[in-house]
Amino acid sequence: MLSVDIRKKMGSFRLEVRFEAENETLALLGASGCGKSVTLKCVAGILKPDEGKIALDGVTLYDSAAKVNLPPQRRQVGYLFQQYALFPNMTVRQNIGAAILDKKARKTETDGLLRRFQLEEAAELKPCQLSGGQQQRTALARILASRPRTILLDEPFSALDSYLKYQLELELTETLEDFPGTVLWVSHDRGEVFRNCRRVCVLDHGKSQRTLTLRELFHQPETEAAARLSGCKNYADAVPKGTAVFLPEWGMTLDCGRPVPETVRRAGIRAHHVMITAGPGPNAFPCHVARVIQDVFAAIVLLRPEGSVPGAPLLRMELDREAWSAVPDKDRIWISIQPRDILLLK
Amino acid sequence: MDWYPLFNSLRIAAISTAAVFFLGIFSAHWIAKLPPSLKGLLDVALTLPMVLPPTVVGWLLLVLLGPRRPLGIWVQAAFGVRLVMTWWSAVFATVVVAFPLMYRTARGAFENFDRSLADAGRTLGRSNTWVFWRVQMPACRQGILAGSVLAFARALGEYGATSMLAGYTPGRTATISTTVYQLWRTNDDAGAFRWVLVNVAVSAAFLLAVNLLETQQRGGRR
Repeated sequence: MLSVDIRKKMGSFRLEVRFEAENETLALLGASGCGKSVTLKCVAGILKPDEGKIALDGVTLYDSAAKVNLPPQRRQVGYLFQQYALFPNMTVRQNIGAAILDKKARKTETDGLLRRFQLEEAAELKPCQLSGGQQQRTALARILASRPRTILLDEPFSALDSYLKYQLELELTETLEDFPGTVLWVSHDRGEVFRNCRRVCVLDHGKSQRTLTLRELFHQPETEAAARLSGCKNYADAVPKGTAVFLPEWGMTLDCGRPVPETVRRAGIRAHHVMITAGPGPNAFPCHVARVIQDVFAAIVLLRPEGSVPGAPLLRMELDREAWSAVPDKDRIWISIQPRDILLLK
Repeated sequence: MDWYPLFNSLRIAAISTAAVFFLGIFSAHWIAKLPPSLKGLLDVALTLPMVLPPTVVGWLLLVLLGPRRPLGIWVQAAFGVRLVMTWWSAVFATVVVAFPLMYRTARGAFENFDRSLADAGRTLGRSNTWVFWRVQMPACRQGILAGSVLAFARALGEYGATSMLAGYTPGRTATISTTVYQLWRTNDDAGAFRWVLVNVAVSAAFLLAVNLLETQQRGGRR
């Protein structure tokens, strides 16, 4: 179990992060530059927060009040770096062995890890001679060799092409399944988070928000930052009106099918939740088609609702290419939005 | 032919390169961690000997180490030795002159070093010393090697400050460079030419060895 509650100022950037992770895979989701890597480095002891507390399995790693700040060597934190940070001058065997301080156990433990990660044939190769998969396996083997209590993954696939990424993600998940401790998975990719984590801590401009379950992130994200990270594309200012919201920019009043809290200021609508409909009806609005973009499998249609004020954002709709080609009038269409698909945001 | 100047030159260059190797690496490592303002100031101070004329360096060293200066008087009283006009006085001169070359190339190499390698070592439980010698130094070896080569070459060819600190005493403080000057001054062109040839041969052999070492390393990494 890992609990983090830290603050750190770096120039004009302020980091304020708070979360607790059980023995689970918790995602730290945020746009680039939001402080995800800094948070991981504080947990690992590479950077020092200004104040706060970090505890791992009951051991205080950092506590500004009690003046505790364990060096990285004594934190038992495994850190998977973005480019793996394998020592370039050492072979795979030496890289793994470097994490085993007990000289007597080094040979047998290294052999065991080489076997487990299918690296026996690559044992005498240098990192630059390895494939992407072998590099990742070496880095993971090296981390496990150091017997960590928690594993931190710093955007593990940020620099890879999508096919290799998929392969490595499968391998990584398999390895982590056997790991008993907390895993912190830093990512800016909602798909990666959805596939691998149960709970998510969203970081927005250095500030962490309440930890959400996956369901909450995708269905009730609460903040626009969380909604954006979950992939929602359309946002408008919202005025609560009982069980409906009024969106002044688009001149729409949307029935939400539930009481709308007075704190709601924005509404989000996912592009694939904008449906084509035949004509007037509940939550149905006529729109002008402003632009159509053909994507790989989808058509992206940018709409201007007829009630729009000047300067209002366009409403983005995504649908199958076939579905779009079947639409008779491609200049003016009626769309509808299901009440449950309206994200109410603070 | 008396080979003493060759022996003395190589001895001085080797000792000062060894000294400069450690001094340069540790100052580069240490200064890299300082706040920018202090870093800039120390950087100028440590690099100055590279751009000053050797005679100015020599003069400053004489002011510091001369027999009538506090340090010179103290060493004379405590150990009974003079700091100037001995063969090893030249080491002071060559260390000061060669140091900036080592320091600057080492610092450049350290600045390009990928910090995450060091961080990885530390999170894996390895001491900072281990990380420095086993990860950082090997990763920076090209720059360190280049710095050592430049420092050795500079020390071997040093004339100005050396002649002021160690003077020219045949068989005692004579180096190749001071010998060539002395022979030329006394119109012994044939003698000067012999030493010029020796110097060219030594320098060429040295560079050849360095090149061989570099290709070998590059081959080994592939």
